[in-house]
Formats: sequence, structure tokens, C-alpha cells
Amino acid sequence: MKHLISIRDLTKDSAVALLDSAQRLSQVNQRSVKSLPALRGKTVVNLFYENSTRTRISFEIAAKRLSADVINFDAQSSSASKGESLRDTAQTLEALGAAAIIIRHPMSGAAHALANKGWVSASIINAGDGRHEHPTQALLDALTIRQLKMPGNDLAGIKVLIVGDIEHSRVARSNILLLSLLGATVSVAGPSTLLPEGIEAMGAKVYKSFDEALDEKPDVVMMLRVQLERMQEDDTFSTRDYIANWSLDQRRLGHLNKEAVIMHPGPMNRGLEISNQAANDPRSAVLRQVENGLAARMAVLHRALSGEDAN
Amino acid sequence: MIILKNLTLSDGSIQDIRIDGGLVVEMGRIIDTGTDCTDLIGLSGFVDPHTHLREPGFEASETVLSGTRAASAGGYSAICAMANTDPVADDSNLVERVYDLGVEAGLCFVQPVGAVTKGLKGLELSSIADMSTSRAKVTMFSDDGMCVHDENLMRQALLEVKKFGGVVAQHAQDPKMTVGAQMNQGAVATELGLTGWPAIAEEQIIARDAQLAQEAGSRLHICHLTTAGGVEVVRWAKSKGIQITAEVTPHHLFLTEELVRTYDPVYKVNPPLRTADDNSALLAGLVDGTIDMLGTDHAPHSGEKKDCEWENAAFGMLGLESAASILHQVLIQSGAGDWKLFEEIISKRPAKLASLDNHGSIKVGAQANITVFNPHERIAVTEMNQSKSNNSPYLGLEFIGRVQHTIYEGQFSMMNQSVRDQ
Repeated sequence: MKHLISIRDLTKDSAVALLDSAQRLSQVNQRSVKSLPALRGKTVVNLFYENSTRTRISFEIAAKRLSADVINFDAQSSSASKGESLRDTAQTLEALGAAAIIIRHPMSGAAHALANKGWVSASIINAGDGRHEHPTQALLDALTIRQLKMPGNDLAGIKVLIVGDIEHSRVARSNILLLSLLGATVSVAGPSTLLPEGIEAMGAKVYKSFDEALDEKPDVVMMLRVQLERMQEDDTFSTRDYIANWSLDQRRLGHLNKEAVIMHPGPMNRGLEISNQAANDPRSAVLRQVENGLAARMAVLHRALSGEDAN
Repeated sequence: MIILKNLTLSDGSIQDIRIDGGLVVEMGRIIDTGTDCTDLIGLSGFVDPHTHLREPGFEASETVLSGTRAASAGGYSAICAMANTDPVADDSNLVERVYDLGVEAGLCFVQPVGAVTKGLKGLELSSIADMSTSRAKVTMFSDDGMCVHDENLMRQALLEVKKFGGVVAQHAQDPKMTVGAQMNQGAVATELGLTGWPAIAEEQIIARDAQLAQEAGSRLHICHLTTAGGVEVVRWAKSKGIQITAEVTPHHLFLTEELVRTYDPVYKVNPPLRTADDNSALLAGLVDGTIDMLGTDHAPHSGEKKDCEWENAAFGMLGLESAASILHQVLIQSGAGDWKLFEEIISKRPAKLASLDNHGSIKVGAQANITVFNPHERIAVTEMNQSKSNNSPYLGLEFIGRVQHTIYEGQFSMMNQSVRDQ
């Protein structure tokens, strides 16, 4: 695996092996000296065309724990804002020695173009492209579910419910593909205007009501962030309606299984898609997700840059 | 003088044709020797109702000369040049300029299409009457690339062209339903995270315009029809006796949205590639006469407009050089239609649409515009590159059947697959 652009790039076996590798690498994060020499001398560039402090920091720490040199290239405030093409920016970074480019871009398919157009020979890791995919988020989510539910190597038999703005969510898309690849049963629920046509074709069952979906007693409930900046442009969006129908509030919290896992990719809008109680609930795995983000990204960088998984 | 020997015409007859002084002067059996056309198909010269020549304004992508070379290579003796140049072809000076460039190139007839609205802005009508009486004798008007969305303006345009028997060619796309649209709306767009272009945005404009054409008693042409629902609407309109014609592109007959999964902008086109079901409905419409003709929507773009991220890339693909090979595969090789229908679709009906009286027939006394097609030879698409651009979605593919000779105004514009140099 030279690139990671989409979950479609992975087979079930290679996804399980990545999770195993991430599991082993997560132990590094518990040590007092939190680093391995695996990528010493290699340069990794974070090429971010969108604001994302969390994902960028997570990739940065992951790369540093593998002893890579890390450069952060904030494309919003640099050459890209002067009109430089993605091609030219990437070629410049490669000329400066980048072995891997981690790209976050507002356009779906940007990471794909970088990996496949022959512009550069560096490894390309997709850190979120438009509404398309965010594969390392799905890997860290799968790792979290596997740790907490311990069903075995894969996620066979686990019921996952993803709730909220599916239409605009690359997290939802990558998770639907990966979790179902690993054997989980994935459902989505959200306002009809935010459920995109044909999402079933990706492997998700669709619920038009959160409560109805909760009646199926999911093992995992993943709440998506309401993108307020987007919703403010939408005249039909009502915060009050959203909370009434789609928030993981106290009442719905009471309907969850005792062993259910509550997840959220962050940053959370407390009081909107997730109530304060739910965010603070012992069943919330939000911080474990953040922690696992390091391990999952270390595993991806390890495989992409050394050609093998950690053992 | 040219003599074509043993040419098989679309009616199945085998004839020799003598061409002199730009005209067909004799048909039947001719004793003199000439260019052997045994086993080759002779058709009236192809006519493209929908070409983008890019000149003036975008000469890095195509010029009238390079575009007419591509047309000759594709078997076209006449092409209709869309108005979305810079400046826009919206008055008589501009259409005459494009017309003159065509005459100067001399390889095929260039019929300028006039803009319906000034600057393609959709706000006020352009100088339609002036363009119709100009040297370019424009009878077809289109804002192609943009939809004439204002219904009252569309109605006025239909009434205006009615005065001289002209036609409005509509790019049927509701702009409000397709803001930021990148590809066909549906499951593939959902997975790829690209904004969808819903079929209804095409269908409801066709339905509206058909009613406007009916009320105005005027002629309406639908550019690049792409949806099964659109075919249904045109079928309904024809059953009501409305003066409506429709075209389909080679790519909408042959390619599907599945190709967008590659995020390769060579497949980015407007209207977008649709589903295999749409392809089937379009072919069925072509065979039963609901769709009248093939239009290439030949849309050259220079390299940097395609060698980029999908969403930053320009819409459009090349079409002139490969159109006949694709129609051969889709219509003839599949057994869906015969050479008579092929000739109707690629020559006779588009000639009639654009009022090109010198095109669309082979007969003694008429101007000699003839295309000789070789239905046996394989063609690898890398070989076709008369255009200044290379945004062909067919590169690397092989087809059976290609144009052997193109004759325009009694001279070979292409002979033995070699386009004439100036």
C-alpha cells in the first residue's frame, strides 16, 4: 500500500492487518519514551487546504513517534492562495524531499488526483477530501470499536448506527465502507434532506427516525458533527428541530444498551448533536478515539513508507 | 476531377461517382479508373450540429483551422460552431468573422451558430435578425453551455427565429437545480462526494420549451439529450406534433458515470455522463426516431484545464474525430440500425436542422460532400489527433470502422486517412 485514498483501496485482510499494526503501535504511546525509529530520515508533509487542527496535530505526532521529520504546509496561507496549482505545490514539496504527503482538501477527489496523475511519486495519505472520504478516521473508529467490543479480529456481528448529516460527511462514507468491510452491520439515520440518494448502495441501511433506529439496539452510536457554518446558509435548517429529532439527548441515552459505545469524530457541539450528559457518559469513547487516531495514523504511515506493518 | 469506384451507398447499391467542378456529375457505372472504394460505404458528408471551435478567444484549445482538420478526419463536411467564444458570437460581425475563418481554412463548411442572448447572459436577446441576414446566414441560435432559463426570453427567442424559419437549440439545464453540479446525481455521486446533476433539471426544461415551441409554432432543437426521462418528454412532444428535434452525443451513447470513479477529469462533461439505463434509452430513442441526430459537442480544452483536481477541471471532451467510429459500434455493429439510419443521424437530419442545403445528399448536380467509411478497419484512438487538445475519453481504446476519405466541395479534405495540408 503506497497510498491511502479510499477505504476501497483496502481488502478485509489488509484492513485487519492495519488494525493489528495500529494495536501494536498503540503500546508505544503508553511508554515513557514514545518513539520508534521506523521512519527515521524520512520527511512527511502535512498539506492542509482546510482548517483542521486536530487531524493535522494527530498526523504530526504520529509521524514524529515513528521518527519522521514533519513539515506543516498551511496551504490556505501560502502559495495556494496566490493561485498555485495543487500539482505545482505537490511537486515543490517533493523536490524539497517529501516522501509522504498527507493532504486535506475541500474538493472531493483531490487526494486521488495527487496519487494517480503522475505528478509526484510520494506516498499520498488522504486526510479528508471534500465529502468523499476520511479513511484514517474510519480506521481509528474501527480500532476503537474492536478494542471496546472485542468481537475478534474483525467486527462481525457488531451493529453500528451513524447519525446526522450523512450528505456532507466524509467520516460517514469512510466508516460505512470500512465497518461493513469488517463485517459490521451499518445503519445511518438523519434528516431526509441530509441523507444522500443511493447511500444504501455503499452498504448502509437507512432509517428516517433516530428513535426507530435505536429500537434496533445498536452496539455503537456514532454522532456526526453538525456543520453549523454550512447549516447557517440553509434556510430550512432549524436547530430546535434538529435537537428534537437527532440529538443524542438524555431520553435517548436512556434507551441505549448498557454496553453501547458512544462515538463522535469531534469537535463536538455539546447541546446540539450530542447532549452534555451523553458526552460525559462513561460509555463515551470520544477521547479513546483521539488516542487511537495516533495509533491508526502511525500504522498507515508505517505501511505506506516502510512497505510493511509494525510487528 | 475525382472518380470513386465501387462505392456502396447507404441503400446498398454499388455505384461509381464522378466529381467535377465541386459537383457530383455522374453516378452509376463509369468506365474510367478512379479511387477504389470496394467494400467501403459512401455516405453524404457528415454534419455536426454541435461543435466548439474556441476561436476567437481560446486559441490555445482549438482554432477554426485545427477544429476543421479534426472535422475532416472525422468525416465531417460541415460543422455548426457554437457561440461561446470570447467575444461571444452574438452579432453579425462576430458570426461573419467565424464564417470567414472557415472559408479560409477551406476544409469543411463552418456554419456559425448565433447566441440567443447577448453575451450568453440570459438577460436580453442578441441581434438574431441581423445574424440571420448576415453573410453567415445564421438560422440556428443557441446559448449552449448556458441554458436560456428565463421562460419569457425563451418564448421571445422562439418567436424571433420563427420569422425566418430558424431554430433555437436549447442546452436544457435548470441552473438553480445544478449549482456546483459535477456529475450525474445518484449513488455514484454520493459515494464520490461530488455534487449531483439531477435528471429532472434537464427533463423539465425540455417539457417547458416544448410547450413554448408549441404555442409559438416555432422550431426547437434539444442539444445533447442525456436522460431516459428526457427521451420520454421528446417522444411526447413529437406525438403532439410539436416542431422539436433532438441530438445525442457519442459519449452519452457509449460512456457511463461509472468512469467518474477514476476522478479523471477527461470524463468531466456537461451534461454529465449518466447510467447504462440512460444509454439504452438514448439508443432506443435514436432508433425509433425520437432522437434525430448525433451531435458531437466537441469541446477541446488545453492541458492545464484537465490535468488537475476534478472539481477544478473544465467540462467537455473531444468528439469530432471519433464520432463515426462510435456510432458505427453502437448502431451498426450492435445490429440496432442500418446504414440508411446512420446516414440520417450523422448527415441528413443535422443538415436539415441547420438549413445546409448543400449537405446531406449525394446526387447528380449537387455539391459533392461525401464521406467514405471503412467499416472493417480497426482504429486505435491514439492515432486521431488533429485537434489542438487531447481531452479525448477514448484514448487507448480500439474501435472497428473509421473514415477513409472525406470530400468537401468536390475535393478531398482527407484522403486515405490523411488530412489535406493547406
